[in-house]
Amino acid sequence: MEILDSIFLNTKKIFLDLLGCWLPDWMILLVNIGIIIGVIAVLGPVIMMYLTLLERKIIGRMQNRIGPNRVGIFGILQPIADGIKMFTKEDIIPQNADKIVHFLAPVLMVIPALLAFAVLPFGRGMIPVNLNVGLLFFIAVSSTSTICVFMASWASRNKFSILGGMRSAAQMISYEIPMVLSVVPVILSAESLSTYAIVEAQARWSGLHWFVFTPWGLLAFIIFFLCGVAECNRSPFDLPEAESEIVAGFHTEYSGMKFALFYMAEYMNTFTVSALAATLFLGGWEGPVLPSWLWFFIKTHALIFVMFWFRGTLPRFRVDQLMGLAWKLFLPLTLINIFVAGGYHLISDRNFRVAGASAVLLVSFLLFTVFLNRKYMPEKRRYDLVD
Amino acid sequence: MELLNLAGIAGVYTLMLVILIAAVAMVTLRSLFHSALALAAVLIGIAGIYLTLQADFLAMIQILIYVGAVMTLIIFAVMLTEHLSHQTVRQNNRQSPLAIAGICAFLFCLTGVIVRTPWPLQPQNQTATITAMELGKAFMGQYVFAFELISVFLIAALIGAIVIARKDK
Repeated sequence: MEILDSIFLNTKKIFLDLLGCWLPDWMILLVNIGIIIGVIAVLGPVIMMYLTLLERKIIGRMQNRIGPNRVGIFGILQPIADGIKMFTKEDIIPQNADKIVHFLAPVLMVIPALLAFAVLPFGRGMIPVNLNVGLLFFIAVSSTSTICVFMASWASRNKFSILGGMRSAAQMISYEIPMVLSVVPVILSAESLSTYAIVEAQARWSGLHWFVFTPWGLLAFIIFFLCGVAECNRSPFDLPEAESEIVAGFHTEYSGMKFALFYMAEYMNTFTVSALAATLFLGGWEGPVLPSWLWFFIKTHALIFVMFWFRGTLPRFRVDQLMGLAWKLFLPLTLINIFVAGGYHLISDRNFRVAGASAVLLVSFLLFTVFLNRKYMPEKRRYDLVD
Repeated sequence: MELLNLAGIAGVYTLMLVILIAAVAMVTLRSLFHSALALAAVLIGIAGIYLTLQADFLAMIQILIYVGAVMTLIIFAVMLTEHLSHQTVRQNNRQSPLAIAGICAFLFCLTGVIVRTPWPLQPQNQTATITAMELGKAFMGQYVFAFELISVFLIAALIGAIVIARKDK
């Protein structure tokens, strides 16, 4: 297990030692950075390719179909066929579009999605960059993708695109607040913003001391994960690209490889958000018996499977339900959760603090669902000029 | 190693140049949306400058607050007010020569002060890295009054916005 655990690290070390026979020290430094960047740059697209296949297979089974099975055995080569199709498609730019911004939007969209990989701890000692503000880096970088969505929607000069962009902005602003606030208890408990340190804080009980097993951790995990699904524009929060209402939302006017880039950014976001949720609440690479990187991928893919499951089973939200969920339920709950987590650390008696925290959170949850989220009837619209 | 250091310095100056170009583009471009995008580029560049000064926490907050939240609001406002296509606005008026003269005078005074100051003022601060934890302790200890005052102001602004936007029944 020891060998398997550090197999990637050792391979890199042997490779660098071999190079060290010929090259000077500073070149080795550059090659080391180059390897890390190269691995991330390859990992992103590869993850996107097999996630599309996985999603189509899983959704297919849930809808009592088989899913793609023609290209290669079990349809394994389907993503490559899709890629060739995307490459050979004609790239259409609308006549009135703002050509430069229209081109830049999909290209810039991929950058934050790739950068987010930089702070994910893939295994013991396997973190591309161990920033001491890693968690903040992730949140900050992924918040910039809103601007790219805006660029795409504005440059297309299309009403559906604009509507999609507006919805996307409203959704991302609303869901970013509970998302950021829900990780505060984790920072409080780990006493660090570094993703690596947060994983190491969950190392006790032979790697099973996960934050999700505490009352505040469970609530924060659920809120964080749901907000993450909303940030990726995935079903049931996929209003910005709701195909039955506004064609394809902000990427209506994109075709060929540019559309593929949006698609790629979306799937990479799906992976990174799941990976971060696993890191923050499910102990990241900590776990008994199996090698650390395998634990990380198992947990991440379990969360990704839940996202596909959502898509297969849940209908899309209405806009006012979407906003109500973020502002009237998640936001007050996260605020209370921060106080509960603080109190949880002050009280030393274990049974008492678990019971107390659970009671406070349950009562506030019931309070908010009953009082703030009463049945809401939108006021009747009158179209005076039509009649 | 010297080559790497040189490359780093060259990188910082390139970043500054990019920030300046984006800043000029922001005040000269005719389309409001393009100006807003240039402003976003400036803000991201400034976050980069913070990173080179080893203020990573500040850099991340800069991106999160200014690029993630404030820019989104600005672009949202632009999209709500502006006609979607081919709407252009002149960003300067007849007072530009006067403004340039004023800026030149200000720059002259500033250069004088910068040249006369004996740098570095506090050598021990040059290598100091301030972590988020120290910042938090300073906010909750030494600067707690200012911190609370700003919080109260923000709450007042929020409540005021809700009161203004509220529909009277």
